[in-house]
Amino acid sequence: MITLEKRLAPSTSASILSPIIAITLTIICGLLMIQAAGKSPVEAFDVYFLFPFNDINTYLNTAPEDRGGLLYQPAEVLVKAIPLALIGIGLAIAFRAGLFNIGAPGQYILGAIFAGGVALHVPENLSRFIVLPLCLIAGAFGGLLWALIPAFLRVRAGANEILTSLMLTYVAALLLDWIVRGPWKDPAGFGFPQTPDFPESAIIPIILEGTRLHWGLALVLIIFAVLWFILARTVTGFRFTVTGLAPKAAHFAGFNQRGTVYLVFLISGALAGLAGAIEATSTIGQLQPEISAEYGFAAIIVAFLGRLHPVGILLAALVLAITYIGGENAQISLGLPKNATLVFQGMLLLFLLTCDALIHYRLRWRTRRRA
Amino acid sequence: MGQNAGGIKGVTASHEHTPLFEARGISKSFGDVTANKDISLKVDTGEILALLGENGAGKSTFVKMTDGVLRPDSGAFLWNGKQITIKSPAAAKRIGIGMIFQHFSSFEALTVLENLALALPQRSLRAIRRDVAEVSERYGLSVNPKSRVERLSAGEKQRVEIVRALLQQPKLLILDEPTSVLTPQEADGLFTTLDSLAEDGMAMIYISHRLSEIKELCDSATILRHGEVVGSCDPQSTSVSEIAEMMIGKTADPIDRAGAYVGGPRLVVDNLSIPVKEGVPLKNISFSARRGEIMGIAGIAGEGQDTLFAALSGERRTPKAQSIKIDGQPIGTMGPTSRRRKNIAFAPEQRLGHAAIADFSLSENLRLTRHAMREFSNRKLRARSLKIREDYDVRSSANDPKAGTLSGGNLQKFVIGRELDRHPDVFVVAQPTWGVDAGAASSIRNKLLSVAQRGGTVVVISQDLDEIFQIADRVAVLHRGELSQTHLVHDMTPDKIGMLMSGEDIDSEPKSTTTQNFTRNRARKTTETTEETIAVRTGTAHEQTKEPIRQAAPLSVVESPKPATPPVITSSAMTSSVSVPQSPPPAKSASQSSPRRRILVSGTVTTPWTAPEVIQKGTVL
Repeated sequence: MITLEKRLAPSTSASILSPIIAITLTIICGLLMIQAAGKSPVEAFDVYFLFPFNDINTYLNTAPEDRGGLLYQPAEVLVKAIPLALIGIGLAIAFRAGLFNIGAPGQYILGAIFAGGVALHVPENLSRFIVLPLCLIAGAFGGLLWALIPAFLRVRAGANEILTSLMLTYVAALLLDWIVRGPWKDPAGFGFPQTPDFPESAIIPIILEGTRLHWGLALVLIIFAVLWFILARTVTGFRFTVTGLAPKAAHFAGFNQRGTVYLVFLISGALAGLAGAIEATSTIGQLQPEISAEYGFAAIIVAFLGRLHPVGILLAALVLAITYIGGENAQISLGLPKNATLVFQGMLLLFLLTCDALIHYRLRWRTRRRA
Repeated sequence: MGQNAGGIKGVTASHEHTPLFEARGISKSFGDVTANKDISLKVDTGEILALLGENGAGKSTFVKMTDGVLRPDSGAFLWNGKQITIKSPAAAKRIGIGMIFQHFSSFEALTVLENLALALPQRSLRAIRRDVAEVSERYGLSVNPKSRVERLSAGEKQRVEIVRALLQQPKLLILDEPTSVLTPQEADGLFTTLDSLAEDGMAMIYISHRLSEIKELCDSATILRHGEVVGSCDPQSTSVSEIAEMMIGKTADPIDRAGAYVGGPRLVVDNLSIPVKEGVPLKNISFSARRGEIMGIAGIAGEGQDTLFAALSGERRTPKAQSIKIDGQPIGTMGPTSRRRKNIAFAPEQRLGHAAIADFSLSENLRLTRHAMREFSNRKLRARSLKIREDYDVRSSANDPKAGTLSGGNLQKFVIGRELDRHPDVFVVAQPTWGVDAGAASSIRNKLLSVAQRGGTVVVISQDLDEIFQIADRVAVLHRGELSQTHLVHDMTPDKIGMLMSGEDIDSEPKSTTTQNFTRNRARKTTETTEETIAVRTGTAHEQTKEPIRQAAPLSVVESPKPATPPVITSSAMTSSVSVPQSPPPAKSASQSSPRRRILVSGTVTTPWTAPEVIQKGTVL
């Protein structure tokens, strides 16, 4: 019989090593899976994981006048990493406080809807410097409102926030579906379920010509700097950590549980909402039923892979973004199914959690004793 | 079960010389700590033996050995005169020993029947259902087998535990503090069941520290103290105070208290009631703690201490702001942070997970309560924690160690030091020396004394009577969420406090009343709720307060008009603190001889044996 035994002092370096081990194991198992599917693992590895580096390498070795479009793929990684990092840091704050907000996709959708609402209803001649901030603030507000529901239910009725936040995700998806087919449907859209395109003033400008990389990246970096400061240097950050480690001690320290629940859900909801708003006002530019809300689930992996730490989360968001783009590439060039990406992400989380468990516990083989 | 009960029936008195179960010279040590030393006891069929003792007296260790969880280092268990080895709980069950623990061991999500079936894998559900019906009816253990356990009340859950034990057809039933989570009514129901089980020939060992229950239920009693048997008695013919004295022992000499003065009331708790879903609710608690004194709140575990501490610290806000006042200002609705800013400090009982976080370093743990004083920077906190470690002799090899790596005593010194280092006006501390070695305990107690010495107010919630006698000036006793009158410690004896702790009233009448008034009622089938509130004459507090508590400053007594509030003592010369060498221990007889003034002590008692005068609560005699 195998039992898990708590280690007295889990090592700190192991906790940083754990994501690296998990990524390595995921790659090994993923390639074995690809080989089993009859494809070349070497080629797959190249397509899946090395493309951004290959592309950057090619870019640097090309004459400046011929470089157009070569950075498209690496930039795509950053584009994907933006929502993942934003949602991921919000979730990390919740997880630090021991609260499991699993409903980020719903909050993300509400963020997109609120941003779209502003974008579609402002006067067209208004300046971008007014419209865009309005869109983003409205988006954050939408996500925050949606997150408030599980927080309220948890505080007032003791309802488990994992279930309520998750269930609200489906409500949000249906709400979006109804909006794009009903009230905000594009009259000139040939019956497609989508809203009209947002006006130019509600679109985040591009940083790098020839790519889709937009100024949302700068916003993400600013937000991360602020959150890093809050988490590491303020009573609020301390409050989250204490609440997560020992709720009773948090209470004793004067941090009441209800306040923490609201605060955590407000922050993580607002960040997920902001991610939705950024996505709607940048790469998509309109509302449609499919706005990549699954980032909200992938961000759970980002939060844990990034060790709930701002810097780690930025790196983890890049890793997850690479699996998304790599998956698309593999679909095209290797004919691998799209779900391979999900398998990769699933394995990553599984290995990560296993590694984490083994940091805190050790395995013991025991012979079963007969009474 | 039916056949078995029938089989036991009628064998009662015939086994007097070879008892059903006997322990001979059982000893058990854990490292340097001796938990049980040479324990011998016997219990026969149809007999209920009480195993009495304070917290930490070694009761649980003994029980674990009878259940096969632990093995004795030496000594032997005998079953019908033959030596047995109890290898595991399963083996104990096969021998015929059934256990009923203080905490329930049922699966909440399953039904009663499913839980029972788990314990009896070899039997069919239908057979179990039949047996449950039979056992339930026979012993008045009504449980609905279809109910989910999570829906049951504490009393019902315990009935499930008893039914489960009975279905395994034991001959000896061991009950570990079975009433600790029951209401008085539920406890009464339990006693009726146990009585009829004893009539049917079941042998029982009943573990408790509640003397009233022992008197009501048990045929004989064995008393443990510090892991040793210190006496046996017949609870029917021995007075509560004698038993209490055996349990608690003599008090230690008081620490030097000279040179302090006592001022006016500072922390006043007025008619504080807190209803709670889990745990013990508080009912009309009133006391006032004064400048320069240590106020002791005694009581056995689980009588509402946690709720009281939470109410004082602000972790649980009181319904009315006026319920708790500091220097006349109501603070009842303030949270811990605001209260800390009023210069009140707190130290809870549980060190890791409440007072401190194991994974945090000491300086981070300092931040836990210091952020209220806006002390936040790592550098400053590290310097401060270093100073506390020096001042309070917190020993550790590491530079800024994690709290989890410190020994209990060192961590407690740090937790106390963290609060005292900012010189609070009022310090509320629960179990300041719980599980702490003697050296650390005396250092902590001296620190508490020095707070009072410089005019601070200390409220000590403690189950350790030695500690109360050593450091407290006045004491009140918590019992089932109600607080007794406040008494001067000078006037108290361990047996008096012991009686208040078990819900008895302090009674200065001759001991014989106790036994005369008690009528054993084993055969009763219906439960009368004999919850009378009784008031008893006693000579306490007021008379003695005319002498100064501490010889240093002359005191005058202002009699309070209401009997519910403790006497208010004002000092006419608060500044003149003359040091007097070693105040002599008070004469205990003074309080017992002739009461010149009577005050009320009220309490709730479930049986009528100590009720010389039954009157309305709150009446002055």
